[in-house]
Amino acid sequence: MEYKPIRKVVSGNYAAAYAALHARVQVVAAYPITPQTSIIEKIAEFIANGLADIQYIPVESEHSAMAACIGASATGARVFTATSAQGLALMHEMLHWASGARLPIVMVNVNRAMAPPWSVWDDQTDSLAQRDTGWMQFYAENNQEVYDGVLMAYKIAENVNLPAMIIESAFILSHTYDVVEMIPQELVDEFLPPRKPLYSLANFDEPFAVGGLATPNDYYEFRYKIAKAMEEAKKVIKEVGKEFGERFGRDYSEMIEKAYIDDADFVFMGMGSLMGTVKEAVDLLRKEGYKVGYAKVRWFRPFPKEELMEIAESVKGIAVLDRNFSFGQEGILFNEAKGSLYNTSARPIMKDYIVGLGGRDFTVKDVKAIAEDMKKIIESGKLDREIEWYHLKR
Amino acid sequence: MEVPENIKKRLTLPFDEHFYAGHTACQGCGASLGLRYVLKAYGKKTIVAIPACCSTIIAGPWPYSALDANLFHTAFETTGAVISGIEAALKALGYKVKGEDGIMVVGWAGDGGTADIGLQALSGFLERGHDAVYIMYDNEAYMNTGIQRSSSTPYGAWTTNTPGGKKHFLEKRHKKKVIDIVIAHRIPYAATASVAYPEDFIRKLKKAQKIPGPSFIQLFAPCPTGWRSPTDKTIEIARLAVQTAYFPLFEYENGKYKINMPNPKKEPKPIEEFLKLQGRFKYMTKEDIEILQKWVLEEWERLKKLAEVFG
Repeated sequence: MEYKPIRKVVSGNYAAAYAALHARVQVVAAYPITPQTSIIEKIAEFIANGLADIQYIPVESEHSAMAACIGASATGARVFTATSAQGLALMHEMLHWASGARLPIVMVNVNRAMAPPWSVWDDQTDSLAQRDTGWMQFYAENNQEVYDGVLMAYKIAENVNLPAMIIESAFILSHTYDVVEMIPQELVDEFLPPRKPLYSLANFDEPFAVGGLATPNDYYEFRYKIAKAMEEAKKVIKEVGKEFGERFGRDYSEMIEKAYIDDADFVFMGMGSLMGTVKEAVDLLRKEGYKVGYAKVRWFRPFPKEELMEIAESVKGIAVLDRNFSFGQEGILFNEAKGSLYNTSARPIMKDYIVGLGGRDFTVKDVKAIAEDMKKIIESGKLDREIEWYHLKR
Repeated sequence: MEVPENIKKRLTLPFDEHFYAGHTACQGCGASLGLRYVLKAYGKKTIVAIPACCSTIIAGPWPYSALDANLFHTAFETTGAVISGIEAALKALGYKVKGEDGIMVVGWAGDGGTADIGLQALSGFLERGHDAVYIMYDNEAYMNTGIQRSSSTPYGAWTTNTPGGKKHFLEKRHKKKVIDIVIAHRIPYAATASVAYPEDFIRKLKKAQKIPGPSFIQLFAPCPTGWRSPTDKTIEIARLAVQTAYFPLFEYENGKYKINMPNPKKEPKPIEEFLKLQGRFKYMTKEDIEILQKWVLEEWERLKKLAEVFG
């Protein structure tokens, strides 16, 4: 069958719901939380209209949402859920359980700031705080990437037996409509065949137990296996990303999407929707003679260390844009990127710009201002300060 | 396994064993007996979800399992949610769930994991109407963490965080009536059971299997370690709990109450008979015993009235 995309104008949340539908998920357990709610509402609408045969569990909390997903996934079903901020934090314990039981659950998290004070707007700290739970993390720049990300995530997760999180920005993507190229169901089915579970609680041929007590003699090796699966995931992500490109025209074989790197003095590095703004700004800056590029980190877990090292070899500076912060240290992406380069000879100047927390606007003008700042630093060779709270009202 | 004819005649319980010897329960453990009966009733086409509790350990460490059935160990507060997910997935994958030939999904959780931290997930499970059975084995404290009180711990009982001492600091709260909370959900079937009455327990398990929708059984399961009782007195203590009406056996089925034991027409035995076999009550004064006795009889009267009106 020849690939002819179906173009729909949808919000980021609807893109996520359509992707779950096209991935033929079998069980959805979810709790409503702003701004995720319209994802599960749309899925409920699919079920109500007979478009999907999904067991839908309207749970009483996010903690139970993830627990129900875990039970369903351990039974062999393809499982989906979605959440945001406080809901994701409530799930935290069970996120560990999902990866520990090696269950390829796929979840969409809508990046939203943590309370207090209450905020429903974009901020990456909620998902980045789940960094060490053993979940893969994909940061979508736009609605198309939300859709593509979910479909790829199932294929990758079911290959390495680890759960995956597709992350989109609150309101900037979740509630903003854009054209999304969707894939005809037959072609999705070819790309993503039915799940073949590692184990299933419905298989009674050889009774087994999952998740029981492991003594110090065994626990260590269980952790090592997850570490190895994460390492293996890098290869699988690139392969699946390449296959996606060959089939549907959008290539995701690079874990860091980059441009203008070769002759750039410095690059902007960041994740998610703010990189759309950066891309536009970089194009304009190039026309004005600035030697700048960008590096968009698509997959934060596993972390694309090797790809980052290559970028670091050829540039003099990296401006990291962090829509998040780890209190007592620095921006989380900055911290990870810097740490990844410690044992290499590549030592570009790196500065951490904290931007847009809690949904504060981040515009092309801001990127230009940061470019000016970075230019001065590169020219002088002197880093004025490591961390700058760019939007701060003084 | 083929049952010899001469034995078959005398059997009142299923002969087959699906809970292996060699598990790691303490001597005289009521919970392990209970789990054995559950698997006798349901056989190996059962998926058991066990949260953090004694049974996590009793079932054995990786790579062992004492259960001849599939077992998913889960987090403390998630039993209700995990069995909901398992049931939904079985249905999504086209399996028959519950009924005599269906797969049985069983949540097997202690009183801490049910009455306290797991109450919310239990409520969600009951309210959504999943086809699964939730069994709360009630040993009246957090036994696996070293005998701390739960909201199911009775008045006057010693635990490590409600110790008896010189200033007479006793547990001052009465046992939470979890079964009443469950019944408030108006599910099709809820019952209390005791390891001292296995025929009654298995009959209730079989009933829960046949009735569609969620079922709940609160199983009284003495813990010699935590109750400071002789290991050979488990059944006797559990029987006395019923005979004193401290833990009466009854069923709630589609709105109707039915008392199984003790006989509502007979006077229950004095509570002291139940208390005196256990070290955990030895700090109780005469007044304390009276307070507990009064509560037991009030609750007993209440249950009798319910059975009278909604029988």
